[in-house]
Amino acid sequence: MKKVRIFSIVFLAIIFSAVLLADVVAPAPYAKQFREAPNAAPSMKHWLGTDDLGRDALSRLLYGSRVSLLLAPAAALVSTLIAACIGGLAGYLGGWYERVALAATDLSLSLPWLFLLLTVRALLPLNVAPLTSVTITFALLGVLGWSSSGRIICSGARAIREADFVLQAKALGCSPRRLFYRQVLPNLKPVLSAQFWTSIPIFIIAEANLGILGLGVAEPLPSWGNLLRGLENWPEVKASPWKLAPVVLLIAVVSCFQLVFQRREEIAS
Amino acid sequence: MWIRALPKHFLRLGLTILLGGLLGATLVRFAPGFGADERELDSRLSTQSIQVLRESHASQRNILGYYRGYLGGLLRGDLGISTSLERPVAELFAQRLPVTLRSVGMGVAGGWLLGFFLALPAGMFRWRNYEFLTASLSGLFLCLPAAVLGLAIVYAGGPAWVAIALVVFPRVFQYARNIFVQSSELPHVLAAHARGLRGVHIFIWHVLPNAAPLLLALGGISVSMAFGAAIPIEAISDHPGIGQLTWQAALSRDLPVLVNITLLITVITLAANSVSDLAGRALARQRP
Repeated sequence: MKKVRIFSIVFLAIIFSAVLLADVVAPAPYAKQFREAPNAAPSMKHWLGTDDLGRDALSRLLYGSRVSLLLAPAAALVSTLIAACIGGLAGYLGGWYERVALAATDLSLSLPWLFLLLTVRALLPLNVAPLTSVTITFALLGVLGWSSSGRIICSGARAIREADFVLQAKALGCSPRRLFYRQVLPNLKPVLSAQFWTSIPIFIIAEANLGILGLGVAEPLPSWGNLLRGLENWPEVKASPWKLAPVVLLIAVVSCFQLVFQRREEIAS
Repeated sequence: MWIRALPKHFLRLGLTILLGGLLGATLVRFAPGFGADERELDSRLSTQSIQVLRESHASQRNILGYYRGYLGGLLRGDLGISTSLERPVAELFAQRLPVTLRSVGMGVAGGWLLGFFLALPAGMFRWRNYEFLTASLSGLFLCLPAAVLGLAIVYAGGPAWVAIALVVFPRVFQYARNIFVQSSELPHVLAAHARGLRGVHIFIWHVLPNAAPLLLALGGISVSMAFGAAIPIEAISDHPGIGQLTWQAALSRDLPVLVNITLLITVITLAANSVSDLAGRALARQRP
């Protein structure tokens, strides 16, 4: 298992390096059209061929991966921070605050996430610039995806609140503020870290679902979601299987994330 | 006692409807473009007519007044009119809800059958190769977006519920396997093994009863999972259910439809969670 984990880390490192260096590595800008070669097969010039608008598929995959792989952690950070504020404080303070926070979490958890995401996304303007659509998509993921993390962080904070060392610190006259920053927060770090890392693949998949439905990142900016929309034309995909590259990369990256961070989650739980 | 918990569940359901309705009405009220009427652009209308049109929307600007009107309509079974399809929302629900309920029901049942029966040998016998194979299979399905699974099933010529089953299966499998493994490591189960009882006997009489309440809790969550998966799957496979309606409503910013669907799905999933919770309590109570 350790070897598989090391392999996953190396694979993720390679992918992250490639997407960070997309400006250097990609053969062409993501929106540049090679009008003489639409739907071209893989060649030395276009390693993964071109799409129906003649854009280089490898370049779009690299830039699209950059959007998904850099913004999913940003959304995970936002959701973890919200979960830490709501769940962490609820667990630490207890009483009516905890009851209200847990009721809100339960309500949020009982609602299928994609329904809520679609409803809130539809309330915001749909015809927006590509960069605005990226911001809206990932900000929504971050803001709406806190509930399951919130519940786990709340139970973690509750366990720390009731721990002997906290009771001892209280008995020694430690102020609530100092108690929170010196005792609770450092001990909550493993739970927060596990929630952050496990949220990333969830947000990557959520963005892919939104993108396929046409409610994610707007064209011409690529993301895994709108690249997967290319799969809707099955006869074309069957005739040119290299068009499956985005879904293969998505599976590989999400699997590696799960393999690497599964252990972390186990330790935290 | 589980019957004592019943009023609490009903109260929670009622409060959710009230709160969810208020939240939905607030979202609609503050959404960009609320109160704008295309008819105001009609050059044939006089200034007075436009003024009358504006005044007709003025009553909706007060959020509490708007919510009161919305709740009143809800009690009468009037969920408003879809702005994109120009049909009553209640009529759209009556037409599409049975389609989704059928595919979600079959999807949940299929996912549970597959997940549960694949988890049984993994929990009972702990065969290394079998565990690796089934864990890899469920891991693969966990990495696939529901929309891609929907596409794969459409191309394979299968019904939409199969895709929903494939979304539910990996979660059920992983949870059930972990519970079986944890239950089979309990002291009384180890003692039963030490006394030479047969594996199948131990599993049926000692592991399964211990795991059942926990598995029932997952039953409620899997309904929520299946409804979530129904949107992309129905949209991709052109299945005329609530999921497809949600997608169409989201693309055309049909807020009356979206808010009512969100409320409806919340109520259904909360009811499913309550049923599984009560069943779990009843089952746990029967155990010595």
